[in-house]
Amino acid sequence: MTTTTAVRPTPPRPPAAAPGKRPTGSRARAWATRAPLLPALVFLIVVTQLPFVATLVISFFDWNSLKPDQRHFTGFANYGSVFTDPALRESVLTTVLLTATVVIVSVVLGLLFALLLDRAFFGRGFVRTLLITPFLIVPISAALLWKHALYNPEYGLFNGALTWFGNLFGIESVAQPEWTSEMPLMAVAAALVWQWTPFMMLILLAGLQSRPAETLEAARLDGAGPWQMFRFLTLPHLRRYLELGVLLGSVYIVQNFDAVFTITAGGLGTANLPYTVYETFYRAHEYGLASAVGVVVVIGTVIIATFALRVVSSLFREEASRA
Amino acid sequence: MSASTAAPTRTRATTRATAPTARARRRSTALGLAAWAVGLVFCLPALWMVLTSFHSEADAATNPPSLAAALTLDGYRTFFGGGGGPTPWPPLVNSLMASVFSTLLVLLLALPAAYALSIRRVRKWTDVMFFFLSTKMLPVVAGLLPIYLFAKNTGLLDNIWLLVLLYTSMNLPIAVWMMQSFLADVPVSIIEAAQVDGARLPTVLGRVVAPVAAPGIAATALICFIFSWNELLFARVLTGVVAGTAPVHLTTFVTSQGLFLAQLCAASVVVSLPVLIAGYAAQDKLVQGLSLGAVK
Repeated sequence: MTTTTAVRPTPPRPPAAAPGKRPTGSRARAWATRAPLLPALVFLIVVTQLPFVATLVISFFDWNSLKPDQRHFTGFANYGSVFTDPALRESVLTTVLLTATVVIVSVVLGLLFALLLDRAFFGRGFVRTLLITPFLIVPISAALLWKHALYNPEYGLFNGALTWFGNLFGIESVAQPEWTSEMPLMAVAAALVWQWTPFMMLILLAGLQSRPAETLEAARLDGAGPWQMFRFLTLPHLRRYLELGVLLGSVYIVQNFDAVFTITAGGLGTANLPYTVYETFYRAHEYGLASAVGVVVVIGTVIIATFALRVVSSLFREEASRA
Repeated sequence: MSASTAAPTRTRATTRATAPTARARRRSTALGLAAWAVGLVFCLPALWMVLTSFHSEADAATNPPSLAAALTLDGYRTFFGGGGGPTPWPPLVNSLMASVFSTLLVLLLALPAAYALSIRRVRKWTDVMFFFLSTKMLPVVAGLLPIYLFAKNTGLLDNIWLLVLLYTSMNLPIAVWMMQSFLADVPVSIIEAAQVDGARLPTVLGRVVAPVAAPGIAATALICFIFSWNELLFARVLTGVVAGTAPVHLTTFVTSQGLFLAQLCAASVVVSLPVLIAGYAAQDKLVQGLSLGAVK
């Protein structure tokens, strides 16, 4: 996103904030206030915004790195390909499907886990630690773990457990599904849900614990049942935390590369947009096309992010006004 | 919401709370047990990974799984080059360098910026905050190709310092947001006192602000470290033989040597260990960092 709301040279602020100091040199002081900000700002613009502008430019060229002499301007032709090429169109669909599935399932599970953890019980700290652990496994390790230690049809834990249960009930040949080839998208989604549920849980837990205790007590004494309390007090209070989780989760999961790359290598209809960009430019050397896909990812993310920013900003305003 | 509805019922609340009914107590115990069950089941894949890493390759690859198999350190020994294979030290050192140096650079850039955004507030500071946040929303793939071409043409490909710069840009917005909220808690009076004594900005930041905000700064550093340590896409595209990081090493590991499950699990445990330690340490601040400072 190339927002232009960065610091513009604005007229210096009247020195009302610093009473007792000389009013001269207020312009200099405005710069002195701004100066500590500049290194970070300049660094970010150079390292993130400039490459995106370059991607935008490249996306209008027909450019295959194996045929560097034939590089030429093609206008929107690459974008045309993104939306007409069946494989690319499918990766747009896959991205939407994968992101939506993972976000919805992990929010629901995260809410259930947060509700369980919201009450005092023996060993709550330990259970909380157990529940956030999947989020702290390095993503590529988690993806490898799911692919090889869990999904493997011959000695993975899932089929092993099926055999074990089967034997327990005296069944000789238990069904041994090939998880990653029979349900590839589900396989990727399950691994991602496992990694992202703790994130949702942590955000929602923060939301639950910021509920005003007095209101809850009052509602309970007025005879509200657990379901009524949840429906009419907890859920409305959690609304913005749910929105925040959904939107931040979407922004992160739309960009997922590790799980798709590892579990299915983008095969069997699981190639999402980031993986497609990687494939198109790193393997197929189609620089122009890859850039166009990249720009499409950005447009998609901007749409989600606009909502995310609105949610974050409402929480942030609240915070600022409280201070 | 309002206190008026709560106030008259407060007295009844205390009497009721002291005598929970047997039914409520049973329900509470049941929910506690449910939480334990859910926690164990959910964490099972991770626990399984740890258990498998201590099995021999033969025991790791059985169906049904062998829970009672003898424990061994063979997986770890092979991973660290015990079987004559490549040692994981160069990738681990690369990861450590990329993560530590980018984290230091992030702190160096974010601390003054957060100071300007929270203590000496610049005009339109919320706009600046949202500019930082918007760069975080820019997907990594959007700049990957130009960065790759730039690295190729300047000979920076397979160079760990390029990763340091990229990881810095990846984490800087989060760090600015987190630190902004931590620095807002530093009392302005002690900063003004230091300035009256003639301290300049670096002294104020290093001697006054940093010590007071140390816990928040440490949490920010841990989160930046985690994100850098985890990163795969940039590392995969921009590094190779020399500067490959631990995640890249993990991906090549399986294809080059066939699959050795115990060894793979041992490798995953070793690579995840720094993040697990950092993550448990920063547990409370983790949410704040990940939600870009919006949830305290």
